[in-house]
Amino acid sequence: MERFEITLPARAAGAARQTALAGVVSSGNLEVLVEAGQDPATCAIEVNTSAHGFREIWEAVLADFAERYPAGGLRIAINDAGATPAVVSLRLSQAFEDSTGEDS
Amino acid sequence: MNSRRISYFEASARARVAALADAGSFREYCPPAERRTSPHLARLDAPVAFDDGVVVGSATVDGRPVLIAAQEGRFNGGAVGEVHGAKIRGLLERAAREKPAAVLLLVDSGGVRLHEANAGLIAISEIMRALMAAQAAGVPVFAFVGGSCGAFGGMGIVTRLCDEVIMSEEGRLGLSGPEVIETVKGVGEFDSRDRALVWRVTGGKLRRALGEATRLVDDDARDFRAAAIAALSNHRRAPADLADLKAAQAALARRRSAHPETRDGLEVWRALGLPQPEAVPMLSSDAFNRQLHELSAEA
Repeated sequence: MERFEITLPARAAGAARQTALAGVVSSGNLEVLVEAGQDPATCAIEVNTSAHGFREIWEAVLADFAERYPAGGLRIAINDAGATPAVVSLRLSQAFEDSTGEDS
Repeated sequence: MNSRRISYFEASARARVAALADAGSFREYCPPAERRTSPHLARLDAPVAFDDGVVVGSATVDGRPVLIAAQEGRFNGGAVGEVHGAKIRGLLERAAREKPAAVLLLVDSGGVRLHEANAGLIAISEIMRALMAAQAAGVPVFAFVGGSCGAFGGMGIVTRLCDEVIMSEEGRLGLSGPEVIETVKGVGEFDSRDRALVWRVTGGKLRRALGEATRLVDDDARDFRAAAIAALSNHRRAPADLADLKAAQAALARRRSAHPETRDGLEVWRALGLPQPEAVPMLSSDAFNRQLHELSAEA
């Protein structure tokens, strides 16, 4: 497993967020856990992945997420079993939307 | 509760719980945020899941209080590790204390998690003991089998301990899985790549016909919920005392002599006298249940 943490600047999430989980840890898939964090101006993300050597791609995908969503003040934890960048983006979006507590 | 069809087979453990429980009634114990992950998988440098592949909690179903456990078949084949098993055991022990209307076990598992070997085996035996203690305390336990991993190995035994076994044709129930049988006894004994054979032998219709499953439903989470509601108001009881067990043993002996040398579900359909044995795999659960009912009415 490769493990790293990234803290990204992000717009404040604003309204109260609830804990949300999207995805399942299975081959080519991942789970994303979204919780309330400390600093409203940043999004702290912890990645645990079975695929070694892809940190640059992770950083690009996560930076894209932090740009697209008001993810400030959130803490995100990821257990990954070799998901592609598109699947990672999808799960991040799903978990973020679930954390708003609105039924999609 | 959704009005649209949700494939139970395709749904995640969490989606199954949401579909079976009354809307908004589910409260999770040991939720993902508590990060009760497997120390064994971590030591093997393998990916972990925040819920260790099983969701446990309380809910209501049609207004009645239940405890629910749902295994996630896509995480390590729903296999039972130490934490995973402890969550199910703890839920069953809670049931013996709190006496809900029932415990719903949404089984989707190949059995013991091989990475955790002895800890997984012990967990299975603890689940069995806790399940029977809950039943002895008067709490019925219902198994639901309709996922991609079916119910095999230790979880196949756990399933058969339950008061009701609610299955879809897509779910499979057995002790040794098809690949295990083929590995041990050879392809002549069981060709695990013959999907049609696998389902004819381990699928929900054969299990229902032989009495191992108590209800057969279509692959729709709404049908599983309807079966749960029906079972809550009137359910079969698992054999509890010596007389029950002897009667169950006698029934098994009768079944064995009624189907001598049978190797395939198809031969069972013929022996039972179903009108079109070859067409059975494609029948809806309603049509199949009706045919079984007519046969038992004739007998």
